[in-house]
Amino acid sequence: MDLLLWGVMPYVAVTLLIAGLVWRARYDRFGLTTHSSQLHESRLLRVGSPLFHFGMAFVVLGHVVGLLVPDSWTDAVGVSDHAYHLLAVSTGAVAGLAAAVGVGILVYRRLRVPAVRKVTLRSDHVMYAVLLGAMLLGLVATALNSSGVVDYNYREGVSVWFRGLFALQPDYHLMGAAPLAFKLHVVLGFALFALIPFSRLAHIVSAPFKYLFRPYVVYRRRDPRQLANREPKRGWERAS
Amino acid sequence: MRVMAQVAMVMNLDKCIGCHTCSVTCKQAWTNRKGTEYVWFNNVETLPGQGYPRRWEDQERWRGGWERTRSGRLRLRAGGRLRRLGRLFANPELPELSDYYQPWTYEYKNLTDAPAGDDMPVARPVSQTTGEPIGTIEWGPNWDDNLGGAPEHATKDPLVEKVRDEVGEKIRFEFEQSFMFYLPRICEHCLNPACVSSCPSGAMYKRVEDGIVLVDQDQCRGWRMCVTGCPYKKVYFNHATGKAEKCTFCFPRVEAGMPTICSETCVGRMRYLGVMLYDADKVTEAALVADEQDLYPAQLECFLDPHDPAVAAAARASGITEEWLDAARRSPVYDLIRTYQIALPLHPEYRTLPMVWYVPPLSPVVEAVAAAGRDGEDAGNLFGAIDALRIPVEYLAELLTAGDTYAVDAVLRRMAAMRAHMRRVNLGQERDGSIAAAVGLTGQEMEDMFRLLAIAKYEDRYVIPTAARADADALADTHPLEEGCPVTQDAYQVTQGGCPVSSPEGPGEPVLLNLAPTRRSA
Repeated sequence: MDLLLWGVMPYVAVTLLIAGLVWRARYDRFGLTTHSSQLHESRLLRVGSPLFHFGMAFVVLGHVVGLLVPDSWTDAVGVSDHAYHLLAVSTGAVAGLAAAVGVGILVYRRLRVPAVRKVTLRSDHVMYAVLLGAMLLGLVATALNSSGVVDYNYREGVSVWFRGLFALQPDYHLMGAAPLAFKLHVVLGFALFALIPFSRLAHIVSAPFKYLFRPYVVYRRRDPRQLANREPKRGWERAS
Repeated sequence: MRVMAQVAMVMNLDKCIGCHTCSVTCKQAWTNRKGTEYVWFNNVETLPGQGYPRRWEDQERWRGGWERTRSGRLRLRAGGRLRRLGRLFANPELPELSDYYQPWTYEYKNLTDAPAGDDMPVARPVSQTTGEPIGTIEWGPNWDDNLGGAPEHATKDPLVEKVRDEVGEKIRFEFEQSFMFYLPRICEHCLNPACVSSCPSGAMYKRVEDGIVLVDQDQCRGWRMCVTGCPYKKVYFNHATGKAEKCTFCFPRVEAGMPTICSETCVGRMRYLGVMLYDADKVTEAALVADEQDLYPAQLECFLDPHDPAVAAAARASGITEEWLDAARRSPVYDLIRTYQIALPLHPEYRTLPMVWYVPPLSPVVEAVAAAGRDGEDAGNLFGAIDALRIPVEYLAELLTAGDTYAVDAVLRRMAAMRAHMRRVNLGQERDGSIAAAVGLTGQEMEDMFRLLAIAKYEDRYVIPTAARADADALADTHPLEEGCPVTQDAYQVTQGGCPVSSPEGPGEPVLLNLAPTRRSA
């Protein structure tokens, strides 16, 4: 069981992520969009969306640092364990709470604003459930750990296992020994990875940083491939 | 000089009757789909009025277009690139659906399916976005059409707010004291498009061949910055597909040499389509002039004279075909913009260098002068009356020349002069050269202008070169027929240079297919 969950599952999730993205890029570029609903409602979105997105950006950054930087490195530059955890928990809590409040507003908006509820995708139900679960469990795990209810040093457990994934030799016993909250958080985290290509999360991979480097006005020649007789495309359904 | 070609449009507001046929045919052709219920690529606004979306001209609020920074650079009014990316998650300058209008339909089915009873079945209005019944419809795509509700709504016209202090008494909305005219609007297909420049994904582009601005639906990721960037609010967000959509200038028709559907179906015959050649190297410079009122002349400077042999040579060097050059020489749009200078750009102060221009409305000046007991078509009387027009020149200037009343005045004088000149012609009187000279034109030009504006024949209004011919020319250039002719039938008796010639009488002339409608003389 441990082997399946902590030795196989991550690779399955990453394979789904990559294969799914390749599939979308090749066959469904038209479907790749943020599905923004700002046209319908913007007052709640104005608060919720930046809170969630910027909060999440810092949460992801925190995960990268926490999981990828071994404690030997931080020891080497003279950061004590106590100082490290103080920093990690304080910044992590701010970012995590911002993201949680943000997603709370967004979910409330999705449920309560009729026009927004109407444009909710089928994939959104799964995606929101997994996202909320992952965020909640992450906050719970952190709270339990830092309040001393559970005494677990993830830098010697989860992080070591996670780095092992890159070497294709994950020490799955390490995860087997982790507290339940961490285990569930990791499972939902990988589920989220697997969901990226198949939900609105796909917009993550099209983050438009190249905008900073291109000339303002884009010129293009007519594309001869566009001229052939093509099937009518999605987006041309009749108005109800 | 880097010559580029653009298919541009001019609308003669003097002749717009506000029938909305252009809007309806455009809607039927392009936006009768799910997600675009509220979208009108072409709409007709009654001015003064708030427009669609409401108060779109209020750039303090929507921050569309460009601005010139203090250091003399061009920057999107909504902020630089980093600032734009920072607003991806919630764009404060994006109109909501309620700023356009809540699209609705009626429960027509009730009328036929309701069970027999004592009460008459009714068709309630229902929202097309939520499907819920709407109690009261409060706004629509042309709610203030023909000044409907003007005392309440028209005072919120951003242009009225701007010129009110200046003009004061002249802008009134009481019965028989108001003024109005129609403004049909489509995408401006600008030379310096702010929407294209706002697109984080690089999905929007301006076509090299004809200058049409389009959205690549496969590349758009729904960041919706283009909607903010466009000061004319002519890029729309399809809420069903999550992609931006906009007026396509009916490119499939234009490529085939046909006018756009809005032009084709224009009842008032007030739209003109033709090729403009411009110098791409001058575009940035023109968009950057310090004084907003210099933007109109600066854009005029960008346009190139297709009759100039140097321009033609440069155009050929940049790959513009003979068919396009010929169309540029016969372009009605060029004549209205450059030769007669009676067309003006819409809101040049947005610095996007728009390419759909407008001939301002002159009516009903003749009637006004005649009502005062004077000769309504005498040039002197007409010139004098322009300042007293019911449509204040100041209002037109805010719309078309960034407030430069002199430029609008010059256009109106030219149109008035045309009336006076043509009256003499039609009454068989001797032509009075001084009338045309007073506005810087010749009598012949007056008569050509009259033909273009008043007679407005189909083939004079639309001079559109085809893309297919250009494709064929390009193909011929890349695949020259050097090694003889592909046709090797023995039936041909006479050959020349290895190629059979169809006529046995003499050296064969190349057979020309009449692809271009060449009715208007160059």
